[in-house]
Amino acid sequence: MGKIFQKPEALSDTITHYCPGCTHGVAHRLIAEVIDELGIHGRTVGIAPVGCAVLMYNYFTCDFQEAAHGRAPAMATGIKRVRPDLMVFTYQGDGDLASIGLSEIVHAANRGEKFTTIFINNAVYGMTGGQMAPTTMPDQRTTTSPFGRKPSEVGMPIRMAELLASLETPGYIVRQTLVKPKYVTRAKKAIKKAFMYQMENRCFSMVELLSTCPTNWGMTPVAATKWVEEKMMPYYRLGEFKTPEDD
Amino acid sequence: MSKVLMKGNEAIGEAAIRAGSLNYFAYPITPQSEVAEYLSRRMPEVGGVFLQGESEVAVSYMIFGAAACGERVFTTSSSPGISLMSEGISYITAAECPAVFVNIMRGGPGLGGILPSQADYFQATKGGGHGDYRLLVMAPASVQEAVEMVMQAFVLAEKYLNPVMILGDGLIGQMMEPVEFPEHLKVEPSNKDGWATSGMDTRKSSHRNLVKTLYLDPGELNAHNLKLKAKYERMQREEIRYETYNLNGDYEILIVSYGTMSRVCRTAIDNLKESGLEVGMIRPQHLFPFPGQAINDAAAKKGCRAVLSVEMSMGQMVEDVERSVIGKCPVHWYGKCGGEVPTPEEVMGEIRKIIE
Ligand SMILES: Cc1ncc(C[n+]2csc(CCOP(=O)(O)OP(=O)(O)O)c2C)c(N)n1
Ligand code: SF4
Ligand SMILES: [Mg+2]
Repeated sequence: MGKIFQKPEALSDTITHYCPGCTHGVAHRLIAEVIDELGIHGRTVGIAPVGCAVLMYNYFTCDFQEAAHGRAPAMATGIKRVRPDLMVFTYQGDGDLASIGLSEIVHAANRGEKFTTIFINNAVYGMTGGQMAPTTMPDQRTTTSPFGRKPSEVGMPIRMAELLASLETPGYIVRQTLVKPKYVTRAKKAIKKAFMYQMENRCFSMVELLSTCPTNWGMTPVAATKWVEEKMMPYYRLGEFKTPEDD
Repeated sequence: MSKVLMKGNEAIGEAAIRAGSLNYFAYPITPQSEVAEYLSRRMPEVGGVFLQGESEVAVSYMIFGAAACGERVFTTSSSPGISLMSEGISYITAAECPAVFVNIMRGGPGLGGILPSQADYFQATKGGGHGDYRLLVMAPASVQEAVEMVMQAFVLAEKYLNPVMILGDGLIGQMMEPVEFPEHLKVEPSNKDGWATSGMDTRKSSHRNLVKTLYLDPGELNAHNLKLKAKYERMQREEIRYETYNLNGDYEILIVSYGTMSRVCRTAIDNLKESGLEVGMIRPQHLFPFPGQAINDAAAKKGCRAVLSVEMSMGQMVEDVERSVIGKCPVHWYGKCGGEVPTPEEVMGEIRKIIE
């Protein structure tokens, strides 16, 4: 009898450092499954962010580069321009992608760079202890918005998928979440589609994943899951915002 | 090969191609935008990569990403742009990837001006970005030398797995001079299978490669820094380059000067010789590693009364000169950095002042 469930080859045996209930691990697994299914392990280069996932290369078995905070899309651009045959993905948090690296992601998407970005939106800076991010929800308390995020002072959360989808350059831009099995299945489909567009040399692709940070949200994993559904999903709509077929 | 008349900036771009670097990322800035303009036409002819990035910050990471794949890659910029690239430069040194950065310096600080300057000496030789790192810094004094240094820079970057910087003043970029290009560089980047993220399929070993700069364990980070330090010490043993002028006979004053400024000093030295005053010069061709011992020996020579550092800055290299002379005789500084290159007469006047 064949195995029906096993660890993807693209994942190593290393035990992750993520907190209980954190969705970073789920995202890793989905990416690894897609790498296995597409048979691209030997020509994939991942780019780790600065954020909770900075050590993600310890959990993957393919080539990896570790970026500076926010600069992964520029590094991916460098790789794809000189080695278009490689499959390249960046993995970035919301502080990394939507704040310090906003310029890099917008311009890479606008140039139509042929790499894939996995964007982990957990509405806080996880690694540095839960400070406010550009994606933090109105009234959400963080260590640097102790009275709740005040849109009158710091604006509304940035919707990255919508922002990138507004660019005229063709791309694949989608938002999913990882908080329930039914969503996880859709997230995996989106990641696979994103990688396939890259394989076909079609376009830039970004999969935004609404994620949890129970530790910094001060919630149990179950409560965090509920919070994503109740607070984040009405504002951050799930679905495909753009596909290369649109154009 | 015959000589061709070329502007410094274009010659620099062509030299990199002949060194086998078919990958160029840049952001426009005066006085070196001609490199990007030249390469935007030339790279497609040779099947190379030309990309104008969105900022110098992004460019430095495009360089990092490409270099980490084991491909020859370079960029050119000028002072404010190099400030923005300094973050990336720190990461690239930490990750031990080879790359070439050309800085055609303009006046600073801030926006400064667009005329020639040598005010980025500290930035190039002492850091600029954070952490304990060094760049091998080459300082051409002519378009011909710029061409040769650019080509050699790739060899050195790969030898040390460390970025190399070409530090030229605006005149080197803007000047038209006859140049002769050396043979195409035949050497392929070696040893990259052991570290480059070129995709596991492209290598013989089944080992995956990881290019990183984070070392959370204090012992590991210290060991990493010691390894880098050993490389910089090897550069100090093997890569000191300088040229001497009028140093064989007796001289009363020793000049230390580099780049375009050293050419003016040569004229001053020739003129003073006619009036019976002997002045010698050491021109560092590499600024890091610095020719400290040679300067010390020359300053210690009988009859040498003082050392003068002549530079288009408010006194930066003079600190390394003082450190080299170690009190053997008085060290002076002369320079300007508004964009006007000091004239031979001004240098001569300064020397006469020291003599009196
Ligand atoms: C230039 C720079 N500025 C600041 C930091 C500190 N820093 C590290 S991670 C981080 C935020 C990470 O948050 P996010 O990108 O949302 O990732 P998460 O940890 O939430 O997954 C910050 C500010 C840094 N490493 N580099
Ligand atoms: S701090 Fe938050 S994002 Fe980071 S590992 Fe813990 S739960 Fe996950
Ligand atoms: Mg985050």
